[in-house]
Amino acid sequence: MTYLLKRLASLIPLVLVISFLAFEVMHLAPGGPFDRERAPVSEEIKRALAARYHLDEPVWKQYLRYLGLLREKTPAGKWRIVEGGLLKGDFGPSMQYRNHTVTDIIAQGLPVSLWLGAMAFCFATGLGIPLGFLTAVRKGNWQGYAGSFLALLVICVPALVIGPMLIMVFSIQWRWFPVALWGDAWHAVLPTLTLGLYFAGKISRLLREGMLTILHAHFITTARAKGLSETAVLLKHAFRLAVLPVVSYSGPLLADLLTGSFVVENIFQIPGIGVFMVNSVLNRDYTMVVGLVVLYAVLLLLLNLAVDFAYSLIDPRVKYYE
Amino acid sequence: MPPARRPVGLVRRLGFRVPGCLAVPVLVLLLAGCTRSVPSADLVIINGAEPESLDPAILTGQADGRVALELFEGLTRYDPANAAPIPGLAERWDISPDGRIYTFHLRTNALWSTGEPITARDFVYSWLRVLNPDTASEYAGQLFYLENGEEYCTGKIKDPSRVGVKATDDRTLRVELKNPTPFFLDLCALQTLRVVPRQAIAKYGDRWLMARPVPCSGAYELVAWRVNDRIRLRKNRRYWDAAHTRCETVDLLPCTSANTALNLYATGAADVVWDKNLVPVELLDLLLKRPDFHSFPYLGTYFIRFNVTRRPFDQPRVRKAFALAIDKKRIVEKITKGGEQPASSYTPPGIPGYETPEGLGHEPPAARKLLAEAGFPDGRGFPSFQYLCDTTSHLHEQIAVELQDMWQRELGVHVEIRKMEWKTYLRAQGELDYDLCRSSWIGDYKDANTFLDMFMSNNGNNRTGWKNPRYDALLRAANAQLDRTKREKILQQAEILLVREEALIVPLYFYAGLEYHDEDRIKGIFPNLLDVHPIQAIYKVGRNSHAPPHARLAEPQPSAAETSSALAVPLPAPGP
Repeated sequence: MTYLLKRLASLIPLVLVISFLAFEVMHLAPGGPFDRERAPVSEEIKRALAARYHLDEPVWKQYLRYLGLLREKTPAGKWRIVEGGLLKGDFGPSMQYRNHTVTDIIAQGLPVSLWLGAMAFCFATGLGIPLGFLTAVRKGNWQGYAGSFLALLVICVPALVIGPMLIMVFSIQWRWFPVALWGDAWHAVLPTLTLGLYFAGKISRLLREGMLTILHAHFITTARAKGLSETAVLLKHAFRLAVLPVVSYSGPLLADLLTGSFVVENIFQIPGIGVFMVNSVLNRDYTMVVGLVVLYAVLLLLLNLAVDFAYSLIDPRVKYYE
Repeated sequence: MPPARRPVGLVRRLGFRVPGCLAVPVLVLLLAGCTRSVPSADLVIINGAEPESLDPAILTGQADGRVALELFEGLTRYDPANAAPIPGLAERWDISPDGRIYTFHLRTNALWSTGEPITARDFVYSWLRVLNPDTASEYAGQLFYLENGEEYCTGKIKDPSRVGVKATDDRTLRVELKNPTPFFLDLCALQTLRVVPRQAIAKYGDRWLMARPVPCSGAYELVAWRVNDRIRLRKNRRYWDAAHTRCETVDLLPCTSANTALNLYATGAADVVWDKNLVPVELLDLLLKRPDFHSFPYLGTYFIRFNVTRRPFDQPRVRKAFALAIDKKRIVEKITKGGEQPASSYTPPGIPGYETPEGLGHEPPAARKLLAEAGFPDGRGFPSFQYLCDTTSHLHEQIAVELQDMWQRELGVHVEIRKMEWKTYLRAQGELDYDLCRSSWIGDYKDANTFLDMFMSNNGNNRTGWKNPRYDALLRAANAQLDRTKREKILQQAEILLVREEALIVPLYFYAGLEYHDEDRIKGIFPNLLDVHPIQAIYKVGRNSHAPPHARLAEPQPSAAETSSALAVPLPAPGP
């Protein structure tokens, strides 16, 4: 328990460092949120625009303001801490979408991305694990070859090819599913497949490798020599260790899936946050970029922690002592 | 050594199977969970990129502007057929003989969607809000034609009551202009000049459009705005002309992938697609032959800027040589293919009361001669230089390669292509960090001024380093001129100076607007130069329209290459 708390506490400085780096790097990139094909009509407006979003301040000051730690003088002459700030859970106003705050946009998009990501994760593990198991056990048979081929195929063909192909067959030819948009369960099927297939292949490959290595281990020979049934050998002894690489892969994978995918959201016009991960950088929407980076970092760190925890449950060799 | 903590009970039994066995039922549960019933709208339009803002004072994009036009009305509004200004909230107006004072008379039945009357004071508030430096409106320049408008916006005067817009009573708005501005009624229909609700803005600040209800002055009111999902509009029953509003509810979908837009349209999920970037370029040849794809002239020009602060492009001879060497017809026929017209002048044809003058054509021998006169016979001794283009569309790169080839062949000079990501490109252009640069401009209103004034010496959009007192004087004279014929002559002189004598820019082609809808099912959308299509006028024919006749596409397969191009960065629409 203390260990867990320690790990959690160590996340806070890490997230701060990450947010600082993201903030700095974004400001270093040439161009700003208000550089457009059409210039503001006068220098005064340009200045007013910069002042409104505090872009005229030094970057360290902007960062402190973003965190909500900056003290500044009010017109009345009193010193006070600025309103909002990341530390109070406020991601600030979006510089590109001027009617929204970053919190608004994340609050609207994140549930969609989480939902879709969770479905894709279930699909990827639900397909990948049995497939990996099968290809390892049936190595050398036609089932083994077919499974391996399938896994390699979905790894090699990227989502931006699989997506349109699925749409072509299932939406345009057969009319089973809608071509795009987000709404009911039917809308979710093709995006889930598109997003999950690659990872299903990846998981199946990882598990297969794991199984093949483990099956040559001495303790498996021992288990077989003891006269255990093949099922017991495979499931109870081999699988349990072979699945470890898959578990450690699942953490970052889940973080990836839950924060949305630019490609899939674009192909299916899904209102998640994956699109913003790319577009906010291109549009120099500073606050949005840092907000998303922080969100992603937190998810990734937490899920990695969960993976470490899961390890201790599955693998008796791994223990976290004081 | 303490004993190892071993997983016990259920955890232990499931421990090794968890991911595999639970995944499938959880997936089914999750799938079943995604039911969000949104009743379908009467009309579904794919509108292009997600609007950055719907606030008339702040928005800059074309997709943003199209939504705002429905929500907020101006003194004038656009005629759906030809985008000419027709009476909006002002039922009539008087213009003083010197063309400087406009008196607008507002309708007696002008109401906000929340029921309060719309008064002349609301207009004064809305216009001053645009000019107020604190609003930081990037389009405030559209109100610099007002007396003291620019002075107030730039902080030279602090007193807003000195700006030339006054409410003499609830129904009368008196507008005083600096110069007779012949296109002022066109400006009144522009989003920037539309009336916005004072109380809501005072109460909610920047997020006033997220509060419900938003008091609207236009034909529709805002029901929902979910980022990247949809904008739902509902007929504004209190709109003065509500009797002519045809569709009860309208969905505007954001979409930046051309293939997705086409798929949605082809399966009947969308009725209209009205963004020219939403036609897959690879299928253009095929699609343009279909009766439901409409290409029409659009008020925009694709051109090349020269940086005149760099040698040898400071010499008009060199610039002219580069212009004369370009075969523009080849570019529109081989690359753009969407019905664009080759351009020799900067102002697109079709502006009422303005005959676009002839610029430089395709004359390679003359080009070679000019280059030789400038000291570079057959391109010998010509310094190395770069052509800057952005990566928002493959088109820019294709055009760059074509130009590279033409200049190499005709002039013997070699240009290096420098590609930049959008914002970096804009910064380089603004800081004059380029030799030649691809550019484009979309007009805001139907007057040559919207194109020509940007090359005045002090204009922020000039971005060439060119300062020409004669050009500035011509434009100032034109805008002070009351006689339309004389004004046209002066503007033509300015344009000839720009594209022929000085050849500061090389216009390549005039844009074509592209939209698709089935004309047998959807009525009320007319091609026009501004590419504005008031939704109020749009209606569907026939009730049951879920199996549209256009549902089968000749070639629906988007290949990998096409998809990747459709996934390129959404092109930021340059202005409404």
